Amino acid sequence: MSIRERLSGNEAVATAMKQINPDVVAAFPITPSTEIPQYFSTFVANGSVDTEFVAVESEHSAMSACIGAQAAGARAMTATSANGLSLMWEMIYIASSLRLPMVMNLVNRAVSGPLNIHNDHSDAMGVRDSGWIMLFSENNQEAYDNNLMAHRIAEHKDVQLPVMICQDGFITSHSIENIELEDDETVKKFVGEYHPEHYLLNRKEPIAVGPLDLQGYLFEHKTQQANAMRNAKKVIEEVSKDFEKLTGRKYSFFEEYKLDDAEIAIVCMNSTAGTTKFVVDELRSKGVKAGLLKIRMFRPFPTVEVAKALSHLKAVAVLDKSDSLNGAGGALYEDVVSSMYVAGNNVPMVNYVYGIGGRDTKSDDIESVYTDLQEIAKTGKIDNPYRYLGLRKGDAK
Amino acid sequence: MPYNLKEVVANKPSRFTAGHRMCAGCGAPVVGRMVLRALKEEDHAVIANATGCMEVSTFIYPYSAWTDSFIHTAFECAGATLSGAEAAYVSLKKQGKLPEDEHTKFIAFGGDGGTYDIGIQSLSGAMERGHDMVYVCYDNGAYMNTGIQRSSATPKFADTTTSPAGKVIPGKMQSRKDLTEIMVSHHLPYVAQTLALNPFKDLYEKAEKAIYTKGPAFLNVMAPCPRGWGYATDELMQINKLAADTCYWPLYEVVDGKYHITYKPAKKLPIEEFLKPQKRFRHMFKPGNEWMIEEFQKEVDRRWQDLLDLEEVTNK
Amino acid sequence: MTEINSNTPMDDLTIGGNIYQAGNAREFKTGDWRSSCPVFHEEKCKQCGLCFAVCPDDSIPVGKDQKRTDFNYDYCKGCGVCAKVCPFGAIEMKEGVNK
Repeated sequence: MSIRERLSGNEAVATAMKQINPDVVAAFPITPSTEIPQYFSTFVANGSVDTEFVAVESEHSAMSACIGAQAAGARAMTATSANGLSLMWEMIYIASSLRLPMVMNLVNRAVSGPLNIHNDHSDAMGVRDSGWIMLFSENNQEAYDNNLMAHRIAEHKDVQLPVMICQDGFITSHSIENIELEDDETVKKFVGEYHPEHYLLNRKEPIAVGPLDLQGYLFEHKTQQANAMRNAKKVIEEVSKDFEKLTGRKYSFFEEYKLDDAEIAIVCMNSTAGTTKFVVDELRSKGVKAGLLKIRMFRPFPTVEVAKALSHLKAVAVLDKSDSLNGAGGALYEDVVSSMYVAGNNVPMVNYVYGIGGRDTKSDDIESVYTDLQEIAKTGKIDNPYRYLGLRKGDAK
Repeated sequence: MPYNLKEVVANKPSRFTAGHRMCAGCGAPVVGRMVLRALKEEDHAVIANATGCMEVSTFIYPYSAWTDSFIHTAFECAGATLSGAEAAYVSLKKQGKLPEDEHTKFIAFGGDGGTYDIGIQSLSGAMERGHDMVYVCYDNGAYMNTGIQRSSATPKFADTTTSPAGKVIPGKMQSRKDLTEIMVSHHLPYVAQTLALNPFKDLYEKAEKAIYTKGPAFLNVMAPCPRGWGYATDELMQINKLAADTCYWPLYEVVDGKYHITYKPAKKLPIEEFLKPQKRFRHMFKPGNEWMIEEFQKEVDRRWQDLLDLEEVTNK
Repeated sequence: MTEINSNTPMDDLTIGGNIYQAGNAREFKTGDWRSSCPVFHEEKCKQCGLCFAVCPDDSIPVGKDQKRTDFNYDYCKGCGVCAKVCPFGAIEMKEGVNK
């Protein structure tokens, strides 16, 4: 039975964690994810979970402790944002290379510097090649649901990779919205128990984890990881279908919003998709065939499926909430463009870097992108594909 | 039962096997192996290792020289990594997911680089949080794994590859950090400093206390490096003895804040005895550099006196 | 025995570089590192135990009877620490890999 509630994104995540009841949570405070360990430590203090909460002295130690815990045979979870993730960076790679299926909530925020505590995706984009499965969430509901699905995806024998669940700092983490929760028993049953095959605390089979892995082996071990990431696609699909059966809430690699018959479309992630849906509806009422493709599964990247979903369009805009500072375009743009190119789809595509450091992105801004797309669709011409949205002084040159 | 070396070696199997690839004559395996011998045979251990000589020589895929469970993650986080494993143990045990009558002990090993320097935050955090674990620093006084670079554990004037004894600057110009005292300031139930001194009683007994004292414990163990220190590989035990007899490396323990010096040399030897066999101090013996030895001696004497005072004060 | 080597196909390698046979380093012999070799003169040995624990390479076998036997040359790297601690001259270092 679903329960109707009103929760912020952080509360939704903490609630999911409470229901998952992981063995260990190690976390460090950082805006805007701080509330997650705060709420969770209250559950610990009140005895509502069996979790050992490790209040570490840094995010580097948070990830290290999660690695130690997960390798020991426990289910481990953490949460962080921005610079916290930056400090974890070294350990992020180690967690995935040791094939430890932990789950982390990343409440997206701008990575310094200069210091800014507000939302963009520069933290997530910095670890996009780290071997973590990355799921993005438009709102509190999706953040909650992704948490419920994450362990089953991560722990699947064909995967054994950590999962990172992203949501937008403040925009969803601190906004209270309606949400449907599942009851504790349903969650417990859906998530299931964790029974690793090999783990440090198994005295019957002591193991060694984290070798010096030289020229004869590292290539194969990395490729095993790459294969696990490829396998994750199928597992994410299966788990999402099971979840839909249970809750009626449908999840896929991405969400297509009025995309079928669209002529122009925006590709984006997280909360901007909500604003975009509103704009799509407005434009549709005026007869403009606008659509949206909202990426949920950013890693592994659904190249073939994205290319197929966008193949019929006349123009596409990819919105990146992080600038790659590479003179070429944002990370999501590059992924979408290369997917299209490999599939042989020659659709004019343009990139907008937007919302940096929490710069508000309003419906007018999104509408201006569709206006640009209409022009591109008409002429087929793109002067400069690497653009900025909501930046003073117009396009950067 | 009183300690007996022969009995211990005969009856307790080595949990740190042969076939590791540390240098000939390395002081660290001797320490690691004896620390693990202090485990009760029936107890399982989870060992965490900071990146360093010991790690890269004992777990080269596909070979592990550890008969217990072992984890290495990175250079600076053996403390945090092991604290996570310990938290997992506490949680699973509490939930009845592990047998009640079987015990696992948690032991971290790190060199001085991974402990005094880059790993001090992780160590401090793990100790402050009170995890039931032992952190063992094998201190060879420099970053030996990367080729003998100075660390904060390197003694003053030592010639290393990043504090070379040059024409203007005669080696490392800073004093050695006293990590043992920093750990004492964490108010842990057990902190000790020791080294391998035949018949290994001091090391064994301190390891045993550290492992079987509930809560966090710290052992700082000097472990000479023939390559980095510049002495012949066969002199390991003599160098250790000189470190103890000159009071360069005092052997003591602090139990709940009370100091106890466990080895007081019958005759405290001049520091030259310790410095002379080591090439890293060779320049100190050149004519005109007598002041360096004098200064070194003063520092050793001051620290030794401090310890004697602390022992007296804390046992009043 | 560890059945992994640098010709092992990728799918047969353990994931993450994990090792499930703790202590299997014993299969890796380090004896050929020696440039000098300890020779055990049993007749001079008083079984005092001083050499029992000083070997970095665990190459001095000690039985349940608390007595040592000849060196394990599979692993001995020839450092000479044992010879130096022996008060009875029961360990002699000789040049070369073999005694």
